Amino acid sequence: MDKNIKKVILLGSGALKIGEAGEFDYSGSQALKALKEEGVYTVLINPNIATIQTSENIADRVYFLPVTPEYVEQVIEREKPDGILLAFGGQTALNCGVQLYKNGTLEKYGVQVLGTPVQAIIDTEDREKFVEKLDEIDVKTIKSEAVTSVSEAKRVAAQLGYPIIIRAAYTLGGLGSGFCDNEAELETLASKAFTYSPQILVEKSLKGWKEVEYEVVRDRYDNCITVCNMENFDPLGIHTGESIVVAPSQTLTNAEYHKLRQLAIKIIRHVGIVGECNVQYALDPNSEDYRVIEVNARLSRSSALASKATGYPLAFVAAKLGLGYGLHELKNSVTKSTTACFEPALDYIVCKIPRWDLGKFKGVSRELGSSMKSVGEVMAIGRNFEEAIQKGLRMIGQGMHGFVANKELAVEDIDGALSHPTDKRIFIIANALKGGYSVDRIHELTKIDKWFLYKLRNIIDIEHKLETFSQVEQVPDSLMLEAKQRGFSDFQIARMVLHPAPARMEECIKQVREYRKSRGITPYIKQIDTLAAEYPAQTNYLYVTYNATEHDIDFPQDGKSVIVLGSGAYRIGSSVEFDWCSVNAANTIRQNGYRSIMINYNPETVSTDYDTCDRLYFDELTLERVLDITDLEVPMGVVVSTGGQIPNNLAMRLQQEHVPILGTSAEDIDRAEDRHKFSSMCDELGIDQPRWRELTTMDDIYKFVDEVGFPVLIRPSYVLSGAAMNVVSNRGELEHFLTLATSVSKQHPVVVTEFIENAKEIEIDAVAKDGEVLIYAISEHVEFAGVHSGDATMVFPPQKMYVETMRRIKKISRQVAQGLHISGPFNMQVMAKNNEIKVIECNLRASRSFPFVSKVLKVNFIEIATQVMLGLPVEIPHKSAFELDYVGIKAPQFSFSRLQKTDPVLGVEMSSTGEVGCIGDDFHEAILKAMVSVGYAIPKKNVLLSTGDSRSKADMISAAQALQAKGYKLYATKGTADFLFHNGVSAEVLHWPDSDMKPNTLDYIKEKKIDLVINIPKNLSETELNNDYTIRRSAIDFNIPLITNARLAAAFIHAFCRLDKQDIKIKSWNEY
Amino acid sequence: MSERKTAILVLEDGTQFKGFSFGADRSVSGEVVFNTAMMGYPESLTDPSYSGQILVLTYPLVGNYGVPPTETDPETGLPRFFESDRIHIKALVVADYSFEHSHWNAVRSLGEWLSEHGVPAIYGVDTRQITKIIREKGVMLGKVAVEGCPAPEAFTDPNKENLVAAVSCTEPQSYGRGKYRIVLVDCGCKYNIIRCLLRRDTTVVRVPWDYDFSTLDYDGVMLSNGPGDPQMCAVTVENIKKAMAKGKPVFGICLGNQLLSIAAGATTYKLKYGHRGHNQPALMVGTDTAVITSQNHGFAVDTRSLNEEWEPLFVNLNDNTSEGIRHRSKPFFSVQFHPEATSGPVDSEFLFDRFMAQVAEYAK
Repeated sequence: MDKNIKKVILLGSGALKIGEAGEFDYSGSQALKALKEEGVYTVLINPNIATIQTSENIADRVYFLPVTPEYVEQVIEREKPDGILLAFGGQTALNCGVQLYKNGTLEKYGVQVLGTPVQAIIDTEDREKFVEKLDEIDVKTIKSEAVTSVSEAKRVAAQLGYPIIIRAAYTLGGLGSGFCDNEAELETLASKAFTYSPQILVEKSLKGWKEVEYEVVRDRYDNCITVCNMENFDPLGIHTGESIVVAPSQTLTNAEYHKLRQLAIKIIRHVGIVGECNVQYALDPNSEDYRVIEVNARLSRSSALASKATGYPLAFVAAKLGLGYGLHELKNSVTKSTTACFEPALDYIVCKIPRWDLGKFKGVSRELGSSMKSVGEVMAIGRNFEEAIQKGLRMIGQGMHGFVANKELAVEDIDGALSHPTDKRIFIIANALKGGYSVDRIHELTKIDKWFLYKLRNIIDIEHKLETFSQVEQVPDSLMLEAKQRGFSDFQIARMVLHPAPARMEECIKQVREYRKSRGITPYIKQIDTLAAEYPAQTNYLYVTYNATEHDIDFPQDGKSVIVLGSGAYRIGSSVEFDWCSVNAANTIRQNGYRSIMINYNPETVSTDYDTCDRLYFDELTLERVLDITDLEVPMGVVVSTGGQIPNNLAMRLQQEHVPILGTSAEDIDRAEDRHKFSSMCDELGIDQPRWRELTTMDDIYKFVDEVGFPVLIRPSYVLSGAAMNVVSNRGELEHFLTLATSVSKQHPVVVTEFIENAKEIEIDAVAKDGEVLIYAISEHVEFAGVHSGDATMVFPPQKMYVETMRRIKKISRQVAQGLHISGPFNMQVMAKNNEIKVIECNLRASRSFPFVSKVLKVNFIEIATQVMLGLPVEIPHKSAFELDYVGIKAPQFSFSRLQKTDPVLGVEMSSTGEVGCIGDDFHEAILKAMVSVGYAIPKKNVLLSTGDSRSKADMISAAQALQAKGYKLYATKGTADFLFHNGVSAEVLHWPDSDMKPNTLDYIKEKKIDLVINIPKNLSETELNNDYTIRRSAIDFNIPLITNARLAAAFIHAFCRLDKQDIKIKSWNEY
Repeated sequence: MSERKTAILVLEDGTQFKGFSFGADRSVSGEVVFNTAMMGYPESLTDPSYSGQILVLTYPLVGNYGVPPTETDPETGLPRFFESDRIHIKALVVADYSFEHSHWNAVRSLGEWLSEHGVPAIYGVDTRQITKIIREKGVMLGKVAVEGCPAPEAFTDPNKENLVAAVSCTEPQSYGRGKYRIVLVDCGCKYNIIRCLLRRDTTVVRVPWDYDFSTLDYDGVMLSNGPGDPQMCAVTVENIKKAMAKGKPVFGICLGNQLLSIAAGATTYKLKYGHRGHNQPALMVGTDTAVITSQNHGFAVDTRSLNEEWEPLFVNLNDNTSEGIRHRSKPFFSVQFHPEATSGPVDSEFLFDRFMAQVAEYAK
């Protein structure tokens, strides 16, 4: 290795967003570990405070700063590193690195780019250069033409013939790209793509071809390996992030596999990658013809998946190669004896399934296409495809039980739903097969390879066989085993044989389980060892299968192991923060002499890195699977409170099966989860709550609303369409929502809660032992209550809170901790108005903000909580938030630009996909860093204001005055301009989008004459004015920063008006 | 799914694995070996080196893309998609068989093909468990018994037979009309060796394993792969010695590597469970160049037994076994792996170019 490299900067990927999620925490953490092993001093820049990589003992120094050239340059200036790694922080880091290279920063400070040279990155990122580069070695690419205008695009499309696909250069996850079947579609899409990039590419569409990827590694000696190939279940036309993917490829012959493999090696050599890259191909389903779709010269989502699919630590190896090692000089980290210069041989199949959360967004199209909308993914491992996909469909956690035995999906036009894929297509295929569609017909409509469809039909065949029985005992052992081998859960078998009513379901599942166990039908544990058992491996990377007759491992059952249940797929409301909690719980377990066992199935996480625990079960978090594992492991206990809601929901049922739950008892967890039980406890303790009722008739609802007054929060238990929760401000809206979007009945009660306007929302994150609070952190939201806590901007320690409020909250926390006998982590959300405190919610588990408060306070809450749960003596750090002479701010990251047509407005349903946490000497500095980290730029000149109702308008006055004083040019819609004028602020009027009058808001946005849009919705109801929606949506589509909350807007404006560039301190975490 | 007929794999150590049959209705005995490749069964099954062996595939999903047609490539006169004219394995053992296949080039299913060739096959067994047994105890004999077909009483050891004689051609045969004449000593040669040579301006004269080719006029000698114990091929070794005396380039592959080594005075030994797969890393000795190779062998050369005229050419990066040798001054070299691939990675095909460069050099 290169001994001159002593200090290295690694760029992280910032907040999680669609197209860039937790996989980069995994890649970055691995790279940092590899550098550390070589004694290299590491400096990490990443504002994502909830990640593992930004924890103690990973990097030597951490900067919670935006990954932008401006900030990175300042860190370089300060740290004077020898080298920089650009490939481990996704497109964010790559783009930032390219800019630093182009503007001469890297040269100026003599920073060497380790691994793949920047020119190679540029060659792969710019489509035209990329095609030229591959032409040089006669590798076929999709011929496309780069154009810079819509008319040119039309001309090229006419030449190529429709359908065509257009792509914007230099964008994330296919942003600004899509298919066009005709000129009209092209016109719309092309004009939008030009807002993302000055250059778009028009190319012939290869819809229906197979999509295959290879992960390729090259060292400086020109040695190359392909670590994994993957085949998309969904053929070309659906973004690979939106596709179900299997590894290794299943329908490729030796000739096809090795042709593409060889091309991948040829490409990586020609481009000159040192480290890892990914090559995506289109493969003709009727010949060996192919096209290279793209090359990613960095670690990617696919490479994280490939690492988990094979056990080969791609990021770790890539970092070592960046330091100058050869592949043959590194060891296989699984076997520890064989070399890293090899290609893993799998003896299982993995299946990745995306997780969508489209239901959380208003107005979004559910159709899948060439841009990515999914927010997470799962990986399932099996020894046949049926087993893997059924596991996977349960793992995505959207109420499905596998491929079959699900809630009936009402589809009118099956043909249409098959040929126009949505997030539900796999289940439409189940419907079609059940409805008698032939494999050929489904293939015709979907172009999905028949091999996959035959396998899916096998599942239906088994379902039919099971349905011929009505008693579990009648099912022959051979069929029971076959069903289990093809991935059927006890639930599915129970439903198909016993058809129980919902109330009897649990009992019937248990009956199936008991019966099959009595017949000796139980699963086996197999290892993932990278070499298909060819060499002995001490691997702790495990999965569960029924396609086996022997366990690969022994189970000591000595009471010294502790199971941590992970958090499952990333989704809105649960992402990397729970991974941080799970990993920290596992670490603490290990440090205290116990063996940690992790169960999780999310390939984008650090918790599913087999290095983080003593045993990793990469498998389902269903009751059935957890019991399978506890039956074998007989652990001392199970931790259910660090993985978010999924494990939390299992607590009660695990306890009923006599699995020891560590920490707070399952009954007490239930008392917090169950609305009625929690309320009566609060009443007993004299703790106030917003008034609420669970109601089943419209009359009762009206009566209750008369009592509490509008607005009210409505939470239906059955949702027809749209978001599940809503705030309504008048009777009209109430009726509209309850009749159109949901139904009210005895079976489907509705919870109605009084909604207190203009109240502060406050969170308490704490750890208690035997009901005594050991440590706590109180944070306040910048926004008023009504914005989901996951979308709110959080300040810790609070800067604007009455001491009296604080005192009362502490008291309530103590009461609740005692009342629920809490031993472990908990989180409470409260509302405060005029020192009156009302409890909104209490969760007896770690919350989204645990990593944030732990890192700001520099006290690891999860470590303490885990020690409590293990029954160990705990040393309580005497540290109080009052002593902090700095401020932490957690800000949400939204991905609205990827979700076409969605209204980018905040409400009671969460819609952010990630977050950052930044630290500053004061509130202004911290919020500025945080806002820039989530993509806001400080406006140069022009700000457009349209500030909603009078309350918001009033909130905004001082901010508008500050803008004016600072010399900004203000534009406003009519009402806002008038209001501002009366308050001494002059703003030029821009007319509403639907008006013909000029100057018009829409033109100004389209022409990018505006640098910041503040648009505050008039009220929180559905009946938003169309005009406001148009302004907001255009701001997103034209890439102009948008703020829709008055209090946040004011805070941001005051911050950038008050602080100059030099006021922003470049300080690492440990300097605070 | 059709009616399931049971089948059993019995290992020499007594372990039994119960599964279902998807091949011929026949029971057989042979040596049980495992291969860790994830694709390429039409090629592997027709590889003569597997002669006498019951093949366990560690990759569980098999049969997915069916079996290609038997059509002949008019340019080479060889089947386009297979490595010989028949299936050579004794029986096939897999975890999960795909009764339905899907591929544009498939003309029949794997099960049908095996049945046509009279080869029994089992699915539904824990192939990982079998692999671990072989890994721990070494390759062992075994029997495959299909329901309704009487099992062979004794375990037969194919290594005691002259497998090479059984799979080699019986008459010399010529391919191509290229500039250089290459004698290919067929010890059980994979067709892709011939294809690789023909792509390099050669006329290939394929001769039987025991043929004295010293009388022929040629520019180079290619020693092919083949099954079984190299010590069975004493005749071939003698012929190789004659060729070495002649001094023209010699290139050996797999069994050819072992035979060249024996001719050079080295010894061979049986590996515990061999190397069979597509992911074996070989380092070119004295360089930083490593290649991923396709392998299929149960015996290896003991490099320590080489005299000073010879040196190691490649070494296995996983277990340091010999992956090839070369003469220090003469144009003789050989590799234990398969540069012709098929199935497997083609990274080492450049060795044919090296060989041809030597051939061209000596033909001057």
